[in-house]
Amino acid sequence: MKNILIIARKEVREGLRNRWVLATTLLLAALSLTLSFLGSAPTGNVGVNQLDVVIVSLSSLTIFLVPLIALLLSHDAIVGEMERGTMLLLLSYPVSRNQVILGKFAGHLSILAFATLFGYGAAAAALAATGTEIDTATWSSFVTMLCSSVLLGAVFIAIGYLVSARVRERSTAGGVAIGIWLFFVLIYDMALLGALVASGGHALPGGLLDALLLLNPTDAYRMLNLGSGEASALSGLGGVAEHTGLNATVLVGALFGWIVLPLSLAAASFSRREL
Amino acid sequence: MTKPAVIVSGIAKRYGKVSAVRDVSFQLNEGEIVALVGHNGAGKTTIVKLLLGLIRPSEGSVEVLGEDPAKGDSAVRQRLGYLPESVAFHMALTGRETLAFYARLKRIDSSRAPELLERVGLAADAADRPVRTYSKGMRQRLGLAQALLGQPRVLLLDEPTSGLDPALRRRFYDLLDNLRSSGTTILLSSHALTELEDCADRVLILNEGVKIADGTIESLRRIARLPTKISVTQTEGDTSLSRMTSCHAWTKTGPDTFETEVAMEGKISLLKEVTANPTDVAALHVTEPTLDDLYAHFLNSRRAAQ
Repeated sequence: MKNILIIARKEVREGLRNRWVLATTLLLAALSLTLSFLGSAPTGNVGVNQLDVVIVSLSSLTIFLVPLIALLLSHDAIVGEMERGTMLLLLSYPVSRNQVILGKFAGHLSILAFATLFGYGAAAAALAATGTEIDTATWSSFVTMLCSSVLLGAVFIAIGYLVSARVRERSTAGGVAIGIWLFFVLIYDMALLGALVASGGHALPGGLLDALLLLNPTDAYRMLNLGSGEASALSGLGGVAEHTGLNATVLVGALFGWIVLPLSLAAASFSRREL
Repeated sequence: MTKPAVIVSGIAKRYGKVSAVRDVSFQLNEGEIVALVGHNGAGKTTIVKLLLGLIRPSEGSVEVLGEDPAKGDSAVRQRLGYLPESVAFHMALTGRETLAFYARLKRIDSSRAPELLERVGLAADAADRPVRTYSKGMRQRLGLAQALLGQPRVLLLDEPTSGLDPALRRRFYDLLDNLRSSGTTILLSSHALTELEDCADRVLILNEGVKIADGTIESLRRIARLPTKISVTQTEGDTSLSRMTSCHAWTKTGPDTFETEVAMEGKISLLKEVTANPTDVAALHVTEPTLDDLYAHFLNSRRAAQ
């Protein structure tokens, strides 16, 4: 356990040193502040809570940005250290390979969580500071959004490690990571949409749609944040949500599954790998 | 004193169809400096990795300080120091942070780090700069410092002196001498054979993954029976040596200089003969076969046998 913390601490320190933490926090803060002040202009003050609008915009932003940041952080974690030769030295110390992976995971997740909490938190703080009234239900969905964004980041960090543990070269890892990002963020949903259109308005069987939504972590995230409450009406996703039998517990469970499975596969690949 | 710290018996390591090491056995005793010598790809690094437990042997067994290093999170690694060939560090961290990180992993108080940096010759102001700015030699020194963390019982050093200037090399070998007298077992692999000659107690020669020689330099010299080279410069105008060239195969290499090679047992009598009349001799050089020569000899005799 102590080894995991030592390695996590080193990853965070490196992240601070090479400006990863600063850059991602500033990026997320800048985008969320822009969205909350410019994005809410069209709605005016027509009874829609401003923070609800922000939640919808930020969730959509997260789906694109957080997986990308997570993959950029993680795709290099194993293959990069092996290529540079630092892994050889690290493993000659009394640490197990699982501890190395878990330590890196904890470190990278802390970086991402810090950036998300402070970046997105800036938007909420700014809204609260400008005197917008925010009720507790909205606060709770904002907190849900924050936590699930970190969870989504964790999913893609785990997927990045799996890529990193399996490929032979860093450049391959980068390419595969971009491919995975495109697939989950764009292609999958386009294909799903295409399938829905092709089925000619006949709704897909509920069970199939549920499964398809759970098979993509970004869709699970989307359903979790946009499928209920005020946000569902704003995002128009309420229609889909009504047809599925997915509740928050199942969605969060799916996200956790998406963390545990790739991470264990990554650990298994890494432990079999010859140095 | 001579309890073996490392026992390697009959190890083989294959990567797919390529066999990196075949049937290698040796022991390293406590407080001994052993040089691991071989051309590139002879299996030196593979052996070091096997000793660290980073890879498992396909056959045979490895025992370091009484334990199998490949087992689990192996506590034995706490008492091992390792310097990889062309050592690399995390670029963004400073030397001091790097050392503190590795010290924590070994559960060692990092308060001794400055002393260690001083010992390997890394200046204090350099220690607070990121490793990215380091020269090759500075990285090598930092690598040495991390290998020495926590007074390891067994040190495995892969090409330790590459990138070090002559003064630092000397300092490094002095350091090894100190460690040896405190009972540390040291395995050195290097191409700089002439350097190893003075410091290594024993030499292991590897060729294509097979151990072809193992012994002290003296014993290897005896086995190899390589001749000693003697070169004599006679006093100007003297002819006694010229006469002597007839009975021994001397070759003339200069106006008054002659050279010959003599087997170990004939060396002393020949020297006595040459120096019988001290005024005749202006200069005399006796060159024992170097580790380079020994290495070449063992390699060639192995090739001839095949």
